[in-house]
Amino acid sequence: MKIKNFNLGLGSFLRNNPKLGDFLPQAVTLFAIIFIIGFFTFNAQTNMDSRGIDFGFGFLSQESSFDIQFSLIDYDGSHSYAKAYLVGLLNTLLVSAVGIFFATLLGVIVGISRLSSNYLISRLAEIYVEIFRNIPLLLQIFFWYFAALRALPLPKEAISFFDVSFLTIKGFFIPKLIWTNFSILFYSFVAAIVSIVFIYVYGKRKQEATGQRIPVFLISVGLLIILPVVASLLGGVSLDFGIPELVQQSETIFNFKGGINIIPELMALALALSLYTATFIAECVRAGIMGVSKGQKEAAASIGLTPGQVLQLVVMPQALRIIIPPTTNQYLNLTKNSSLAAAIAYPDLVLVFAGTAMMQTGRAIEIVSITMLTYLSLSIAISIFMNWYNKKIAIKEK
Amino acid sequence: MIKNLTFLKPNKESLNLYISLGAVFFVLGIADISFNVFGFLPIWISYFVPLAFCFLGLHLIRIEFSGNKTLDVLNKNINSDWFNAILTIFAIFLLIKFIPPILDWLFFEATFVGSKKEDCTSDGACWVFINVWFERLMYGLYPIKEIWRINAAFIGLILTVGLAFFASAKTKKYVLMFLIFVYPFIMISLISGGNFGLEWVETNAWGGLALTFIISIFALTFCFPVGLFLALGRRSSYPVIRYASIGFIEFWRGVPLITVLFMASVMFPMFLPEDTYMDKLVRVIIAITLFESAYMAEVVRGGLQALPRGQYDAGKSLGMGYWRMHLLIIMPQALKLVIPGIANTFLALVKDTPLILVVGLLELIGMIDMAKTNPKWLGFAAEGYVFAGFVFWIVCYAMSRYSISLERKYKTDR
Repeated sequence: MKIKNFNLGLGSFLRNNPKLGDFLPQAVTLFAIIFIIGFFTFNAQTNMDSRGIDFGFGFLSQESSFDIQFSLIDYDGSHSYAKAYLVGLLNTLLVSAVGIFFATLLGVIVGISRLSSNYLISRLAEIYVEIFRNIPLLLQIFFWYFAALRALPLPKEAISFFDVSFLTIKGFFIPKLIWTNFSILFYSFVAAIVSIVFIYVYGKRKQEATGQRIPVFLISVGLLIILPVVASLLGGVSLDFGIPELVQQSETIFNFKGGINIIPELMALALALSLYTATFIAECVRAGIMGVSKGQKEAAASIGLTPGQVLQLVVMPQALRIIIPPTTNQYLNLTKNSSLAAAIAYPDLVLVFAGTAMMQTGRAIEIVSITMLTYLSLSIAISIFMNWYNKKIAIKEK
Repeated sequence: MIKNLTFLKPNKESLNLYISLGAVFFVLGIADISFNVFGFLPIWISYFVPLAFCFLGLHLIRIEFSGNKTLDVLNKNINSDWFNAILTIFAIFLLIKFIPPILDWLFFEATFVGSKKEDCTSDGACWVFINVWFERLMYGLYPIKEIWRINAAFIGLILTVGLAFFASAKTKKYVLMFLIFVYPFIMISLISGGNFGLEWVETNAWGGLALTFIISIFALTFCFPVGLFLALGRRSSYPVIRYASIGFIEFWRGVPLITVLFMASVMFPMFLPEDTYMDKLVRVIIAITLFESAYMAEVVRGGLQALPRGQYDAGKSLGMGYWRMHLLIIMPQALKLVIPGIANTFLALVKDTPLILVVGLLELIGMIDMAKTNPKWLGFAAEGYVFAGFVFWIVCYAMSRYSISLERKYKTDR
């Protein structure tokens, strides 16, 4: 081979001086990194000087003076840029949470369907996966937003669901829940969950010590139902619905008032994100179930476990070990992909902060870094959790 | 009582009776889905009539070991028990409800010929829109009389790739080198012009599907070697190199591409010396390359980790140095293991290119966005997106099929 002759003499020199051989490459890398960072900083400094911008994060407390179409918290133009950032972040988290919920639901169903013995069902699932996985997400978002949801009727001819929810071109209007004394209900739920954790731990210890099992599941369900109900009755919790109603705003313009409006941007984005990510989750689920070897099920059955126990105690724990890490990765991807919201003007972190706020303040470096760091810390937090989880569930071989 | 019900339990003796009875019920049910024969019944009942009919029909033909081959195959695949029967009915219902309207819209009621919006009078899709805008969708705002240059560049590319496929092993090496190290420059100088008597075309005018391919090809060519080095760096025994690689990879993997593109368009110029100017397209390609190379590095690292230690030991015991061992022993095996992963990264890259829309470069989807807001052609968003989806689907599906065939070709048992 030619490579044999490739010898500058440097290799043998370094091999004869092992200490230097360890030191030199690292020093060169370090020097290169420092040089590049220094070069960039220096250029940024001179560029900003010549344009009269100074670096700093003081602008965050200034008045933002722009409105945001959709916000989970109280916000208007008189609030600060920091608050606008928070609004954007919450909107990002909202669409991610909705997307993750539906993607998981659909992904698990499709993943199991692909393994179904029913030819039609498995083929349909496969076609769905192959179509939606191979089309760019941006295109899907555009399709739902500009083509599909634009075909919905005007508020006057809204598609009504049992006369309490209305689907229109201006969004999906659903009833608002108006609670009185909501905190009592909330605390009773928290109390129920905390006691369930205790009972679970106690039950597990007892089983390990004595072999007796206590019906943890039944007790948990009972607690989860009885405690909040009793608390609501005693504490006077009640629930009202704010049902959206059609209001005539002018001669020809109608709109719904009251209730909650799920804006079409949110719908299109959540729809596209869940349909797209569900295909990947379906593949993870399929791989996980296929990854549990047949011998495991047979062995479990041969020691006398019932089919339900086989699934619960043998198949699922092993399948989940394969399914969960890549699925979490998909959740992370979904969260990052939700930044495509900017393309259809859903006010997420990128649109509000890296878009509007940057246009107004002109502070490119600060704002892009904050946006990137936000996503980065989100992903690092999740990957740290994943590493911990992977270590916890890894098979401990002796 | 139970005796009376036995006639509902199909058996082999009166096979033909049950099959014909079942088929009649089934066909009746299917017909009811589309024609709604029982529409006179209250709405909740009329919804369930076809379901019940189909269910009964499938129940009657569910005869095990009937001896009729077709029937047995059918029963095994779509009708093995009542639950599967319901799933089958559900699937058929979906197909009947959705496929005909979609086909109608796409083909049967669509308009294919014409030159203006008014030619589209039917209810279906207006493919005239695509026809009229076709050149723009493919080539962006590139001057019409210069389009042959893009065509020539891509035809040349296809020919060279084809040559690389069919050439003998000896010449293949040189063709590949030409393809990777020389052809990109030929392609760029042909498309951008400015020398050899070709008219200079600014990158702002580039666009359409051609731009999608240009960006993908360049980012693919660059991100592969960068990813390889990062993967090696991450497994290096030198702490400085290792942590630098980890930091680099985790940074790019942690941020969404859209923010990277924002960075390329507004932050990069700040980081460069004052009077230098870097073309936007170049900045975008650099950004996408950095972004995807981090993913590529993780894929390659997976392959490196999967190799048994013995391979490294064997390489060292032959007296090979680090680079020679990796080039001749480790990399060929590791890369072979991760062909699906590499293909997925490439696919993700191609699917990510439309995002350059946010920095103002208009590839296929960007051009459709522009066409659909043209005052003369309002209201054809669906046609545009369906067309773009079809194009991307073909490209991505072909890539994934090709990767599967590659995987099979290089699969060796160990």
